[in-house]
Amino acid sequence: MSLGTPALEITGLNKTFGGLRVTQDVTLSVGSGERRLIIGPNGAGKTTLFNQISGDLRPNSGRIKLFGHDVTRLAPYARAHLGLSRTYQIITLFAADALEHNVTLGLLGLLPSRWQMWRPLSSYRHLAEEARRTLDTVGLLHLADHPVSDIAYGEKRRVELAMALAQKPRVLLLDEPLAGLSNSERATVKSLIASIPKQTTVVMIEHDMDTALDLAETVTLLNYGRIIVDGERDKVIADERTREVYLGA
Amino acid sequence: MKWILGFIIAVLLPLLPLLAGDFYVNLASQILIAAIFALSLNLLVGFGGMTSLGHASYLGVAAYISALLTGRYGFEHGAAAALSILGTVAMAGFFGVIALRATGLGFLMITLALSQVLWGLAYRMASVTNGDNGIAGLSRPSPFGLSLESPAAFYWFALIVTAFAFLMMAIFVSSSFGSSLKGVRDQPRRMAALGFNPWMIRWITFVYAGFWGAVAGLLYVYYNKYIHPTSLSTTSSAEALLGVIAGGSGTLGGPVVGAALVLLLKNYASAFIERWNMLLGLVFLFIVLVMPSGIVPGLRTLAHRLRGRPS
Repeated sequence: MSLGTPALEITGLNKTFGGLRVTQDVTLSVGSGERRLIIGPNGAGKTTLFNQISGDLRPNSGRIKLFGHDVTRLAPYARAHLGLSRTYQIITLFAADALEHNVTLGLLGLLPSRWQMWRPLSSYRHLAEEARRTLDTVGLLHLADHPVSDIAYGEKRRVELAMALAQKPRVLLLDEPLAGLSNSERATVKSLIASIPKQTTVVMIEHDMDTALDLAETVTLLNYGRIIVDGERDKVIADERTREVYLGA
Repeated sequence: MKWILGFIIAVLLPLLPLLAGDFYVNLASQILIAAIFALSLNLLVGFGGMTSLGHASYLGVAAYISALLTGRYGFEHGAAAALSILGTVAMAGFFGVIALRATGLGFLMITLALSQVLWGLAYRMASVTNGDNGIAGLSRPSPFGLSLESPAAFYWFALIVTAFAFLMMAIFVSSSFGSSLKGVRDQPRRMAALGFNPWMIRWITFVYAGFWGAVAGLLYVYYNKYIHPTSLSTTSSAEALLGVIAGGSGTLGGPVVGAALVLLLKNYASAFIERWNMLLGLVFLFIVLVMPSGIVPGLRTLAHRLRGRPS
């Protein structure tokens, strides 16, 4: 599928929590622009894998490369500057701050002016405008001045997405972006994800297979921290082992 | 409301020495010094989410360095002030590296331990610090040839420094760096994922807070013309922390109000009650029960309610 260097390349990744092996010899490669869905039952190690990719957790062994760049030992912020962005399964926003401020922080994180100690952040009009544009794309412009604590759960999910999208990431990790959403919200977020430009590689964890499968080109099935099946969507779905894990045949 | 407050500050404060006696002017000077100190601590506690119980280290060390340089080694006040601030900031940089290995309670304990080491040194290293006797017989500087010996002159000097410090810290917290700092306080993991370096943001703030702590220390030693190990004690750190929390941490006005409250109680109540600490405790308890987020946020909520607006 992919030409040249893969966007994300993981080799021989292992992670244990005490005696529990949560990531076992995971090797996987995601091509540039690819849409990859990671599925697996609860406790399969999907979020743990994400946390290792984003740098929140250090693997015990193995390598993680972003566009050929070894990031295994890099801090999360350094990976962000290489073009990695993520959302969280458990909403992690700045509850007391306005939506606009939340997205502005996303923009600021990649700019040198984040170190600037003289000028008020509020005087960076172009950042605020850009934040509002991003909020508009996720349909939340009308709430831009409201604090996050005021808005509904489904809207918070979209703010999560807006914060990541504002950074124009090269690789975007979406951790259950549809979790807890109503049917209509699901459709909204689905079309939002579908409209992410091809320059962005998307790796997504999602339980809602009906919605998520449409978005994916390739699928990786994890169980007990191990990759069970990996490959093109239709092949993985048709695979006997997928059925085994999901239906317990 | 804001205009009235602004008017009082801009007009009434500079006129105070013309309106009140020396006792009150001196008390006001002490409040100003405590206010800078509390404001600098608030950068850590309120805006950075780093609760420190060792902030007196910076006040005390700056004061001691200045006292030693001017009192013993015959330095000019200007050079002594520059060196003591430089030395204190360097120490803050070093202490920051140690203390920021931890967050939360761990951070608090390390700051406490480090400040206890300094307090112990000030007590025991009598050959340098004169131990429990303290260093007496110090002088006040004369900036631009103006003597600061009179209470009014010193008060005006302290007022200018405090106004400048307040302005600088207000600019700091509203800058993009200040926004990063508040972000790291609220969601450190998210901030790291967004490209911010939480450790560096905390460390720079730690050093900056140390700098203003040192400025407060210089004013402190100029005012008292004397320095004693108690300036480095946990009590000294805790009083400032109490002021920050009582006044409202994470606000700019809060630490000023809190520092004033602690000092007024200390000066007034101690004249009537021997156990003024107990009274301070009761007042603090009252504040925590009635206005858990502090006096300034509490009054703001109250004002909103009185005007029938939702807070």
